[in-house]
Amino acid sequence: MIRLSIPLRQALSRLTLPVLIVAAFALMLLGKADAVLAERARTGLGDVLAPLYAAIAAPLGALRAAVENGAHIFTLAHDNDRLREENARLRQWQSVALALEAENAALKANLHWLPDPAPSYVTARVVADAGGVYARSVLISIGPHHGVGKGQIALDERGLVGRVTEVGERSARVLLITDMNSRVPVTLQDSRARAIMGGTNTPLPRLMFWPEGTPPAEGEKVVTSAEANAYPANLPVGTVHYLGPSQPVVVPAARLDRLEIVRLFDYDLGGILPPEASTRPQHAPGPRARRTAEAAGGAVDEP
Amino acid sequence: MSPEPIDRRPGIRPRPSLKRRLDAAARFALPVGLTALAMLALAAPLGLPAQAELQPQFVLASVFFWTLYRPASMPPVAVFLLGLLADLLGEAPLGVAVLSLLVVHALVLRWRRSLARQSFLLVWIAFAAIAIAAALFGWAATSLLRVRLLPFAPVVVEGMLGIGLYPVLAVLLIRAHRGAAAPELA
Repeated sequence: MIRLSIPLRQALSRLTLPVLIVAAFALMLLGKADAVLAERARTGLGDVLAPLYAAIAAPLGALRAAVENGAHIFTLAHDNDRLREENARLRQWQSVALALEAENAALKANLHWLPDPAPSYVTARVVADAGGVYARSVLISIGPHHGVGKGQIALDERGLVGRVTEVGERSARVLLITDMNSRVPVTLQDSRARAIMGGTNTPLPRLMFWPEGTPPAEGEKVVTSAEANAYPANLPVGTVHYLGPSQPVVVPAARLDRLEIVRLFDYDLGGILPPEASTRPQHAPGPRARRTAEAAGGAVDEP
Repeated sequence: MSPEPIDRRPGIRPRPSLKRRLDAAARFALPVGLTALAMLALAAPLGLPAQAELQPQFVLASVFFWTLYRPASMPPVAVFLLGLLADLLGEAPLGVAVLSLLVVHALVLRWRRSLARQSFLLVWIAFAAIAIAAALFGWAATSLLRVRLLPFAPVVVEGMLGIGLYPVLAVLLIRAHRGAAAPELA
């Protein structure tokens, strides 16, 4: 260690705090000026932490399950009754669904319907709440060579969760539909009217910009719309609920407060992507992206 | 042979063996280490109510407590790094937590001599003021850097959480302060 005289050392230690405060201001400006840098730092930290979180996820899940099971003991009889009734109802629906599926297939065959390509997907574990106070997002642990890219759609077993906004080596961030920066083009299923669902950082995103004359109805199902080519059509989003006379919100179908496993679908959509992705593709661009790039006269980088 | 180093605190004490030095170093690093670990744990999906608001207030209370009672174990550089970790764990603009924690650190250092002698109630009131101010600053700075008005509700939740959290945390931290985090006991 370098030996410094005592007055010099005291002066240095007195200087540390002001210098650090100036550095904090510089960091704020830097984060504002160069968003990519902040994103990279965040992704780097996510890559380091995601495997650690994934390692403790199993015991953590077991603990939560144990606590929940403890509570279930008291409602066991009631739950069983409810489930039996629900099972009977679902059996009825299953036969209806099978009949409709057969009819649908027959009609599609008669019409020479072009089927939508089956999207590829990756299933991954949600390891951390990554939003903080003023954002809603989650950190997802993925293995290396995952093929996950920005703009991919995250769904849980019930419905739409959000979109991938940052991708690292071992982690990805998904912006939830409840985040105040999230805007999802949706279709109201009964009236087929288009609308926009905007997050508000609360658990209930609100509905905006529906066409005049077709207000969303209470309890109406909401699905995604393929408008703007950011989402595929007809993914389940939730149901309409009115908080007040003219305050329709969407109750998300996905269990956003207790996400454990999500599926990340690659629909190969070239619609609205976060800024960095449009200049530097994360994975091999699909045929559609290639076409768009060629049409725009730009070259597609090969990774 | 090199001359003996000057003993600044003369007295009888055990020989600084390697084990004892390691012990002292671990005790010295405990406050910052525990704070960082608890921050990481609070980012895991624990399903606690208002978990998002809990984390910044926890860091604030930690930095406040250790700066007040054991500033040698909470140096400015560590405060800076804890702030950076908080900013990177969340989606907040870079530097907001860093700045607010450093300012709190500086203020507490300045008031330390008078504040450390006060009763617990007065310290709690001081922390309450700081917690509300920090929540307000976080809201204003994030709004400014994102160029949009953010919802105000989290500020209220954060302030109340901070005020309620401090006594609970202080009970645990006072224990650590007198036991596991005391290098002089090594």
